[in-house]
Amino acid sequence: MRVCMLMTTFTPTSAAETLSVIQWALANEAPLEIIGHGSKRALGRPIQTEHTLDLSKLSGVMLYEPEELVLSARAGTPLAEIETLLAEHGQQLAFEPMDYAPLLGTQEGRGTIGGVLAANLSGPRRLKAGAARDHILGISAVSGRGEAFKSGGRVVKNVTGYDLSKAMAGSWGTLAAVTDVTFKVLPAAETETTLAVRGLLDEDAATAMSLALGSSAEVSSAAHVPYPAVTRIADGALGSDAATLLRVEGFGPSVDYRLRTLTDLLKNAGTIDTLAADLSRTVWRDISDCVPFADGSERPVWRVSMAPNEAHRMVMALRMQAACDAFYDWQGGLVWLRMEADPEAEVLRHLVKKSGGGHATLVRASHALRAALPVFEPQPPALAALAARLKQQFDPKGILNPGRMVPAAGSASLPPVHTEEATS
Amino acid sequence: MTGLVMPTPDTETMRRRAEIVADMRIIVPGEGVVDTVNEMRAFESDGLTAYRQLPLVVVLPETVLQVAKILKYCDERAIRVVPRGSGTSLSGGALPLEDAVLLVMSRFNRILEIDYPNRTVTAQPGVTNLGITHAVEQEGFYYAPDPSSQIACSIGGNVAENSGGVHCLKYGLTANNVLGIEMVLMNGEVVRLGGKHLDSEGYDLLGLMTGSEGLLGVVTEVTVRILKKPETARALLIGFPTSEQGGQCVADIIGAGIIPGGMEMMDRPAIHAAEDFVNAGYPLECEALLIVELDGPGVEVDHLIDKVEAIALANGSTTCRISQSEDERLAFWAGRKAAFPAVGRISPDYYCMDGTIPRKELPRVLAGMRALSEKYGLRVANVFHAGDGNLHPLILYDANIPGELDKAEDFGADILRLCVKVGGVLTGEHGVGVEKRDLMPEMFTEIDLDQQMRVKCAFDPQHLLNPGKVFPQLRRCAELGRMHISGGKLPFPDIPRF
Repeated sequence: MRVCMLMTTFTPTSAAETLSVIQWALANEAPLEIIGHGSKRALGRPIQTEHTLDLSKLSGVMLYEPEELVLSARAGTPLAEIETLLAEHGQQLAFEPMDYAPLLGTQEGRGTIGGVLAANLSGPRRLKAGAARDHILGISAVSGRGEAFKSGGRVVKNVTGYDLSKAMAGSWGTLAAVTDVTFKVLPAAETETTLAVRGLLDEDAATAMSLALGSSAEVSSAAHVPYPAVTRIADGALGSDAATLLRVEGFGPSVDYRLRTLTDLLKNAGTIDTLAADLSRTVWRDISDCVPFADGSERPVWRVSMAPNEAHRMVMALRMQAACDAFYDWQGGLVWLRMEADPEAEVLRHLVKKSGGGHATLVRASHALRAALPVFEPQPPALAALAARLKQQFDPKGILNPGRMVPAAGSASLPPVHTEEATS
Repeated sequence: MTGLVMPTPDTETMRRRAEIVADMRIIVPGEGVVDTVNEMRAFESDGLTAYRQLPLVVVLPETVLQVAKILKYCDERAIRVVPRGSGTSLSGGALPLEDAVLLVMSRFNRILEIDYPNRTVTAQPGVTNLGITHAVEQEGFYYAPDPSSQIACSIGGNVAENSGGVHCLKYGLTANNVLGIEMVLMNGEVVRLGGKHLDSEGYDLLGLMTGSEGLLGVVTEVTVRILKKPETARALLIGFPTSEQGGQCVADIIGAGIIPGGMEMMDRPAIHAAEDFVNAGYPLECEALLIVELDGPGVEVDHLIDKVEAIALANGSTTCRISQSEDERLAFWAGRKAAFPAVGRISPDYYCMDGTIPRKELPRVLAGMRALSEKYGLRVANVFHAGDGNLHPLILYDANIPGELDKAEDFGADILRLCVKVGGVLTGEHGVGVEKRDLMPEMFTEIDLDQQMRVKCAFDPQHLLNPGKVFPQLRRCAELGRMHISGGKLPFPDIPRF
C-alpha cells in the first residue's frame, strides 16, 4: 500500500482557482478526486488519490430568469438551494433529480448541482421529461489538460458546435471539472394525483402501464411496486398489496379529466385507488430515492436501465437463479433490484442483454465488491475503445477521477482499499 | 463568405479517381455508384444552394456492411468522405468536396420495427421525419420533432443536425427524442449507442453524436420515442402594436406556467408577405403577430385558452382570434408555414438566418436589425420561434445584382454577431455547416474550439469525415494533443487545505 506523504484537499472558490489547481495537478501528474458534497462517493468504482478537489465552495446561483426558463449556477451550489429557489417561483428541474442518500445511508438533502450533472440524475418523471442530460444548456469546465473551456449557452435551441455539455452528463467527473452549469427550468405542475391499481402481478402491471402510457392521459410517471417493497413506501401508507402507480400532473381540470380517462381505461385491471397530491408527492419521492431498499444494509442494489416492457420477464428469469426483491419505475425502464446475497453480476447482465439490451449499475455494495466487480456495465470493445479515446482527449494524463468509471488506463491492478485516513 | 475556403483537394486521391470508383463498384454492386458529371449534378448542393461542388464520386450503399467497408477503405487510404441524407441542410452540411466520396444514405429507407408497448420506432436513417409519423399515426401516435422540411428530411439527417421545429419548446429537440443509434466510425467499426432503454451507459456519446453534423460517424439505424397524439389542439392569433408587447406576452404566458405546444411570432414585413400570399386573414395593422397553440385534452386546452387570452389583453393586444374549428386552426398556421415561399414571392432571392437569443432581447435585436437593414439597403422579414428564442430573419436580395449576395451574407453575419452579443448563439437548428463556420470564433475561444476538435480526434483522427464543416480552421490531432504544462507550484497558498 502506498504511503501518502502529503494529503491535500483543494477547495477553490472561483473557476480561476480551479484552473490553477488542475494545472498544478497536471504539472505534477497528481491525480485528483473531484467531489462536491461527496454525497455519491459510495457509488461507482472506489478510487484513491492523494489529492482531492472539493468544489463545494464554488457555490451560488449566478442567473435565474424564470420567464426565460433558465438558471445558471456554480457547480458546487447545493441542489437543495436551487430547488428551493425554483419552488419560490413555481418552477422546478423537471427531470426530478433523485437523492441517493437513503439508499447509501448518508445525510439526506445533500448533493450539488454539479453532481447532478456528473451522475446524470433523474427521477420518476424521466419517463416524460428526460434526465439531467436533456436539460443542461451550457457549461464551463476545466479539462484534464489544464484548460478552461465552455460549451453551449443559455438558450434552449442551440446547435452551435458539439454538445460537450451533454458529454459531461454521466461522466462522473472523469472528463473535466465542471465549474458552472446552465440548466433549462420549467414550470412546476399546478397539482398532481396518482392512480393506483392494486394487487397486480408484475406481468399484468406491465400491460396496464403500457396501456396507460399509450393513452392520451399524459402519464408523467409509471411505477409498479410489488410486495414487500410496497410496504416501505410512504411509511406503509400503501399497505402490502402490490401497487401499480400512474402519476398525472398539470392544471386541475386537466388532471381530473385525465384521471377519469385512466380509470375508465383500467377499470377491468384491478381495484383502483387515487392518491391525492400530498400523498402522491411522498410516494414518488420514495420511489425516486429507492426508499424500499433503504434498509441500512450493504446488500447489493442494482439499477437496471432497459426496454420498459421487457423488465418483468427479465426479473422473472433472474428469480429462477437468485433470490432478489424488485420494483419498477419508468414503466419498467428502470428496475431497482436488491439481491439477497451475491450481486450475481454476470447472470443479471446476461439476462438484460437477452431482454432487448440495456445496462446494469451496481449502486450499492460493499467497498470490496465495488472494487472487484465492474460497477458500470462493461462496454463492447469498439465502444470501450472509443470511450477511452474520448477520455484521453479530455484528460490525457488521467488526473481527473481516475478509475471512477472504468479501471484507469495503465493500472495493472484494482485500486487499493479506500481507508479512512485517505478521506479525512 | 462567398470566398469560402474549403480543404485543399488531395492530388493523390484525385489522380486515383478511376481506381477508387472501380473499388466502390466492388463494394456496392449494381446502381449504387454514380460517377458521371451529369448524374452527379443532382448532388452538387444541398439546401444552401449558394454553394455547389461536384464530388469525387457518389456512393449509395444499401447495407451497414457496405458503409463499414467504404469507410474503412477510405480511412486506410486517407480519402475524405461527406455523408448526406436527403440534402435539405440549410447550412451546407452536405456540401460535397472535390476529392471526397459523397456517401448518400437515401437507400436506407425502411422502418425496421414499431414497438407500441415500449413506444419506439426503429428506422433506417434515410426514412423521412414525416415517414415515421406516417408509420404510426393509424394507432394515434406521432414523432414530435417537426422541422419545416419534415416531408423530405431524413431521420439520420435529423440526428446529425439535432433538428427542432415549432413543437420543440414543449416536446424537445431530436436529442430529447432519440433513444439509440447504430453508427459506423470512420475506421469501419460499427457501434451501438443506447437502444430502447432511456439512459445510455457510459459517456453520453449519443448526446455528442446528435448535432455533430456528420463529422463523427455515419448513422445507420435510429430508434426514436413516439408519443400519443394530443386529443385536441386550438390556436390563438394575437396582434400587437409593438414587438415589445408581443415579447412581453410570451414571457407572461410562460411566467403563468403555461408551455404551449407551439408559439410563433412574425414581424410586420413577414405578416404582410404571408397575408398577400395565402390570405390567412392576418391583421395587417399590427407590428407583431403571435400564434399560440395549446394542445392536450379539450378541457385543458379550453382552460388555457382563457388564460392566454387574458394575458394577451393585459399586454395590449389589438386583435385576438381563437380558432373555433380545425380548419380555422390550420388557417392560422397557413400563413406562418408559407412565410418562406411568401417572402420568396416579394423578392427574387432570400437568405434565411437562424440565431437564437434570450427572448427578452427580442426588441433590442429587432431594432438592431432595422438599423442593419438600413445600413445594407436590404429588407428583412422575421419569423420567430417565440417560445424558445429562435429567430429566422429572412434577408431579401437579388442574386442577379452583382455584389448583392455578398451584401446579404455580410448582413446575415452581422445579425448573428448581434445574437451572440446579447447572450444568444449562432444557430438554433440549422447547423453551422459551411455557412456559419467562419463565425464560430464569435462565440468560442480557440481553447473552446480546440476541445471540440479533440472530440473529433477521438472519432476520426485523420479528419476525413466531412472536413471543412463546423470548424473554421482544421488542426491536426497530433498538434491538438500537445500540452503546454505550467503551474508546477502548489497554487493559491491561501486556498484552504485540510
